[in-house]
Amino acid sequence: MGTVSITLNHFSAATVFALFASIVFGITHRETTREMVKYGLYCFAMFLGGALVAGWAMWLLRR
Amino acid sequence: MANSTTDKTKTAPAESISVMSVLAPAVGWLIPGAGHLIQRRWIRGLLLFASIVTLFLLGLAMQGRIYRANGGDILDMLGFVGDLGAGGLYILTTVNDWGQGAIAFATADYGTKFMIVAGLLNFISIADAYHIAIGKKQ
Repeated sequence: MGTVSITLNHFSAATVFALFASIVFGITHRETTREMVKYGLYCFAMFLGGALVAGWAMWLLRR
Repeated sequence: MANSTTDKTKTAPAESISVMSVLAPAVGWLIPGAGHLIQRRWIRGLLLFASIVTLFLLGLAMQGRIYRANGGDILDMLGFVGDLGAGGLYILTTVNDWGQGAIAFATADYGTKFMIVAGLLNFISIADAYHIAIGKKQ
């Protein structure tokens, strides 16, 4: 696939990763549709929020 | 000691080895989400297919590297195991010699990880398809 090239910045890459991982987690870890959606949203928040928190924590350490 | 008639010990139901319990994981490995589709979980199957395939293809488009079974260091082997989870996508990629980037920049590194994670997510998806097949999940 030499002709197709995509560049994502760090935040976009984190968001895309969180989105698709959360969809899979939601579907595979819960039984009902409502629970799947709820857990998927929770996972998305944890993935993205965790990345943001970790980033700021590293910034603090670097200071 | 009298036998307890109220003994409530339960034995776990034996897993039924059915055709579907073998077919669903196998098909699900080859085509992400297909293990759910053949069991008529249409929306779940399509969402799993879209998520895993998109993540893998994005990884390729970001010039990520695909690992092969070349017996390199432990991280290379782990990467190979992760990539292998993508099944048909991995086969397609290696046959066409894609994913041979040198990971020279950050985006390519993310791409490499995207493909590994896509494979690992497919392993989870396969397990879910198996649980549906044996009746452990609806």
